[in-house]
Amino acid sequence: MTALTDQLAQGLNSPICLTWEWTYACDLQCVHCLSSSGRRDPRELSTEEMKGIVDQLAEMQVFYVNIGGGEPMLRPDFFEIVEYCVERGVGVKFSTNGGRITAENAKRLAAMDYVDIQISLDGVDEETNDLIRGEGTHARVRQAMDHLKAAGYPQFKLSVVMTRQNVDQVDAYEALADEYGAELRLTRFRPSGRGIDTWHELHPTSEQQVRLYHWLLERPHVLTGDSFFHLSALGEPLPGLNLCGAGRVVCLIDPVGDVYACPFVLHDEFMAGSVRDEGGFAAIWRSSDLFTSLREPSSPGACASCGSFDACGGGCMAAKFFTGLPLDAPDPECVFGYGEEALKALDADGGAVRPTVSHDHSKPIGVGRKRIPVTIL
Amino acid sequence: MTTATTVTTTFDADRRWHLHERVALRPEPFGALAYHYGNRRLTFLRSPDLVDLVERLADEPSARAAFTAAGIDDRRWPSFEKALTSLAAGDFIVPEESS
Repeated sequence: MTALTDQLAQGLNSPICLTWEWTYACDLQCVHCLSSSGRRDPRELSTEEMKGIVDQLAEMQVFYVNIGGGEPMLRPDFFEIVEYCVERGVGVKFSTNGGRITAENAKRLAAMDYVDIQISLDGVDEETNDLIRGEGTHARVRQAMDHLKAAGYPQFKLSVVMTRQNVDQVDAYEALADEYGAELRLTRFRPSGRGIDTWHELHPTSEQQVRLYHWLLERPHVLTGDSFFHLSALGEPLPGLNLCGAGRVVCLIDPVGDVYACPFVLHDEFMAGSVRDEGGFAAIWRSSDLFTSLREPSSPGACASCGSFDACGGGCMAAKFFTGLPLDAPDPECVFGYGEEALKALDADGGAVRPTVSHDHSKPIGVGRKRIPVTIL
Repeated sequence: MTTATTVTTTFDADRRWHLHERVALRPEPFGALAYHYGNRRLTFLRSPDLVDLVERLADEPSARAAFTAAGIDDRRWPSFEKALTSLAAGDFIVPEESS
């Protein structure tokens, strides 16, 4: 670690990267959804409460927020809150499944300042994408991209969660992004939410990850949300801070106002408090027990004797937790295979006990859109 | 990839500089975080001395004068010049129009 990352690990006055999920409602049921979204939670924050949070973030000089869900555009007050954020100097980057990017909404978004859009497409072709995101979603996203282009929206981000099926499509993705003047954003598939069950079959193989690492090294302009830092153990570090930012530089506010250490650990064990509590978000960020403990130096545990611990820091906390590994175990996708060995050892020991989702908002199977089966290998 | 309309400026210590009007600084234990609302770049000002220097730039006729005003030892000038060069490249600081 450098002197700077050492300091970042001890925490900041305010988060650098704050994810804020606006609703658990979603018209899709993606098999890898990190927040197990589907149904709106009746306790979701009201418009006034949302604006109160924006005020707090503005006061803390949070420069921008990453809005997600669920599908944030399903909130009837979506534009009202986006506009309020911009007014208060809090930039907005929001992730969407594209379903509500109509021609009209695209024009409205193109006219706004400080609003960045990330649109999700998990396969460059229909077959690959629709198996993950649901039937018809590929065509729908392409239509949304067309609307943004037609509206003159300057540069949206094409966002892809890397899976075993799409990781070899990166060149085609790059071409597609170029065609739209878009930025490409590739992120790591974590075994969170509905991914707890699907990750084991869908995460990229170790050979694919090595190829991806070299591909990314050659393309520092491709955005990754700093999510592949476990691959930095392969040699030259990828661009970014290369550390687990949970509770240190990142955190998550969920749709009911609960604050979690990172977007990939929506689980009671990593819940630091609620913005509805006295002191609001600032008190949680600055002095909650959970965040304070995450800022203390972590033990290298099983990775102590590995020469690459400084490069990868032992990897992703969420990936370990949801695969049933201890937090000081190697990352399940450790580039040297120690994580796979650790998972096998758990299985040999009577099977890994994997955590379950604390608050599942998935739609019941058989109601509405069919859950897509994941036995595709 | 499009590179928008960002003009990369070479740093000249003899000119007067100031923070870009769309850049915000947030104090942090290590110095400050700077965010550029225009090009959406984020950067770290890695020492309180650098923050002090950057904040003085607009008040002094040249960057060199700001070094002196901030009480920065001559021997440390090259490292601060390097930091300002990088800030200028990211459009975080801009030179005063010469017109």
